[in-house]
Amino acid sequence: METKRIVFVGVGGQGNLLASRLLGEACLSAGIPAVVSEIHGMAQRGGIVESAVVMGASSPIVSTGEADILIGFEPSETLRAFNKCNKNTVVITNIHPLPPFTVAIGQGVYPDIDKALDLIRDNVSLLITLDGDELAAKAGNPLSLNMVMLGALVGSKIIPLDEDILKETISKTTKQAFLESNLKAFDFGVAASKVG
Amino acid sequence: MHKLLIDSPDEEMLLLGNDAIARGAIEAGIAIATCYPGTPSSEIPDNFFAMFREGGFYFEYSTNEKVALEVAAGAAISGIRSMCTMKHVGMNVASDTLMTLAYLGVNAGMVIINADDPLMFSSQNEQDNRYYARLSGLPMMEPINAQEMKDMTVAAFDLSEQLKLPVVLRTTTRLNHMRGMVKFGQIRQIKSKGFFKKDPFHYVALPAVSRNLHKVLLEKYDQALELSENSEYNQIIGNGKWGIVTNGVSMDYVQDAVKDLEISDEVTILRLGFSYPMPENMIVKFLTNVEKVLVVEELEPVMENDIRSIAQAKEIVVPIKGKEKGLFSRLYEFDPGMVRRTIASYFGVPDTSPKAVDVTGIPDLPGRPPNLCAGCPHRAMYYAIKQVYGPDAVHPSDIGCYTLGILPPLKMADIVICMGASVGTSCGISKATDQKVVSFIGDSTFFHAGIPALINAVHNNHKFTLVILDNGTTAMTGNQPHPGVDTAPMGVDTTQISIESLVRGCGVEHVQVVNPMQIKKGVAAAQASKDFDGISVIISKELCPLYARVIKKAKKVRPFYVNQDKCKQHLDCINLLACPAMYIDDGKTMINEVLCIGCTVCAQVCPENAILPLKKSA
Ligand SMILES: Cc1ncc(C[n+]2csc(CCOP(=O)(O)OP(=O)(O)O)c2C)c(N)n1
Ligand code: SF4
Ligand code: SF4
Repeated sequence: METKRIVFVGVGGQGNLLASRLLGEACLSAGIPAVVSEIHGMAQRGGIVESAVVMGASSPIVSTGEADILIGFEPSETLRAFNKCNKNTVVITNIHPLPPFTVAIGQGVYPDIDKALDLIRDNVSLLITLDGDELAAKAGNPLSLNMVMLGALVGSKIIPLDEDILKETISKTTKQAFLESNLKAFDFGVAASKVG
Repeated sequence: MHKLLIDSPDEEMLLLGNDAIARGAIEAGIAIATCYPGTPSSEIPDNFFAMFREGGFYFEYSTNEKVALEVAAGAAISGIRSMCTMKHVGMNVASDTLMTLAYLGVNAGMVIINADDPLMFSSQNEQDNRYYARLSGLPMMEPINAQEMKDMTVAAFDLSEQLKLPVVLRTTTRLNHMRGMVKFGQIRQIKSKGFFKKDPFHYVALPAVSRNLHKVLLEKYDQALELSENSEYNQIIGNGKWGIVTNGVSMDYVQDAVKDLEISDEVTILRLGFSYPMPENMIVKFLTNVEKVLVVEELEPVMENDIRSIAQAKEIVVPIKGKEKGLFSRLYEFDPGMVRRTIASYFGVPDTSPKAVDVTGIPDLPGRPPNLCAGCPHRAMYYAIKQVYGPDAVHPSDIGCYTLGILPPLKMADIVICMGASVGTSCGISKATDQKVVSFIGDSTFFHAGIPALINAVHNNHKFTLVILDNGTTAMTGNQPHPGVDTAPMGVDTTQISIESLVRGCGVEHVQVVNPMQIKKGVAAAQASKDFDGISVIISKELCPLYARVIKKAKKVRPFYVNQDKCKQHLDCINLLACPAMYIDDGKTMINEVLCIGCTVCAQVCPENAILPLKKSA
């Protein structure tokens, strides 16, 4: 099959590792060969968390300039990972900012996101933006941001997996108490990326 | 049932590399597993901990890697299968045992999992532990994906039994933390009782005995070499004129590069999975059929040097390149693009890599380093020490969450080497200078390697203060228990050891135990230690709140908020504590009530009493 390299970036606690794992599980169900890479350890104390899903190749990680899809859970982290993109990359990003504590102690300035997103839009094949935190809250669980982002990925139709197979995977792995809100969040994500 | 215990061969699962190793151990019928945790190896023992009772084997978190290796060795010498897991630097701690254990050998399969960390995602160095195979004479195996991590673990046990030697399975972070498809195999019956057959002239490593044992070890090398020549994990793939030698995760990058560059007809790949001893005959066969060779290996030129010396011995003249300017570096980890580009340039084929976007327009981004969590007791203790000692005291520190105290505004780590070194370096620095020395060590780290150094400090009359940051767990690596932890809540029967008694037992007389969340008490303890002329210890005792939540001991508390009418913008809370729950919005100091765990520390620090608990209704 054609190789698809998908990079997830976010901040510790946003659940992007679960999102990449679920995507990997869905590939397994659909019979698509895939490898997932994660970074555990130091990075989880509020630091940057990056993961990747590579379909149809052996290497578990994605090099600079080689992402087919970049999924950013936090806008400044999407900017930081922008070097993973090339002119054919599709970028899907949450626009809800989560400034790092370095900003509070005056060790850096949080960037003007709108301006920076314009720059991204001009340099890749497609940029999809959504307020993932708002959609997660609307779905009834602020922690379901990862489901919103997964939904947006599937809704964009750039990977060979459909909504049903992802929903099945989510249903298999989610605790009953969160299932309804997670599926709702997923649907919101699908709808948001369809609108563009 | 734990998913890794499912006894249905042919079951397929997406597994983390570390899960796959644990499954391999189950399939191999391990009777004993030991470890000291360490990223990127920790999920292997954490799986064992979650399933050892159900799985019918014995597991322990040992005090350190040396002890872990000895426990596993004792079991394997007594005839039952054992596994010991550690990160690469753990091998340094265990190496004294390792070197002579190789002489003694084992009677049942023993596998040592060694996890290297190129690029140092969470380590203090990126040493290449393939040298340990060469140093000790033990066979080494290196998998390339999740499936092999399981299969090779099973194979390593069989190999170990065949050679009567421990076998080292070496991974790197990318393999430990990748997920891939794994097809299960049969689970072997556990043999859980062994017998120690006395044979002192084999097992007591006196000089006269070891002289003979060393000879035996060299004979085993010859036997291992034969097995390596015929191993399914050593393969020559293809028959092109361009030779590529590779191992571990680099094999994945090489395979993808050859596919992307469409050069599979031009290339011959020598993949070394049973990587020590190196299969000399196979290497000779490979070298004689290619025109030039590129060695693709992360870190040190280990295979490159060995292959070169084989070529020299056999008088084979062929260019062999790897680590040099313009090709590969000895630094950090590789990635698929770098390997593809280097292969393309070395063999002179067009590079098909996509061109990365231009990022010059992207604004400077604020850093997002990992930080002590909101409400972390380490932060509170650091604050108290700083209040008393000011900025000039020297702070040797150690390895754990608390190392993050290096960050401003706390800046509470001045020198860190390896686990336990805080105490020893404090002895040296306090002896060499007139500066005040206050050092920090975590509870797990203290048990692991701090105790002999503390005894040294007492015995040799060193003068400094050691703060033991006792958060009741091994937090950095995922909340594993250690000897100071009561494991009853986890349903496991171990004996808890009191740090205070231990410290007193080491001969320290000035010992204070404080709850760091009570800032005044922390400051008073710091002052008392400063006034004391000699070695003193402060035990800063408060559970890691993340761990407290896991064991359901978290106190129910309300988050705090800043009363803007009272706040006079001293910014002490931000400038001295920098709890990540606090931020400044539009010139106002604010608290994120989702992140705040209501630890009260900032409220104690605020000179205006402007930080208050949120009302219930909020
Ligand atoms: C020899 C060695 N083994 C293991 C590790 C991995 N490691 C780093 S910190 C740490 C434990 C820290 O626990 P503790 O001292 O209790 O501090 P905490 O993280 O709880 O603050 C471990 C196991 C290491 N760096 N070196
Ligand atoms: S995990 Fe626990 S010990 Fe580590 S930084 Fe967070 S609160 Fe502190
Ligand atoms: S009470 Fe203050 S110091 Fe404690 S977690 Fe909340 S904001 Fe942070």
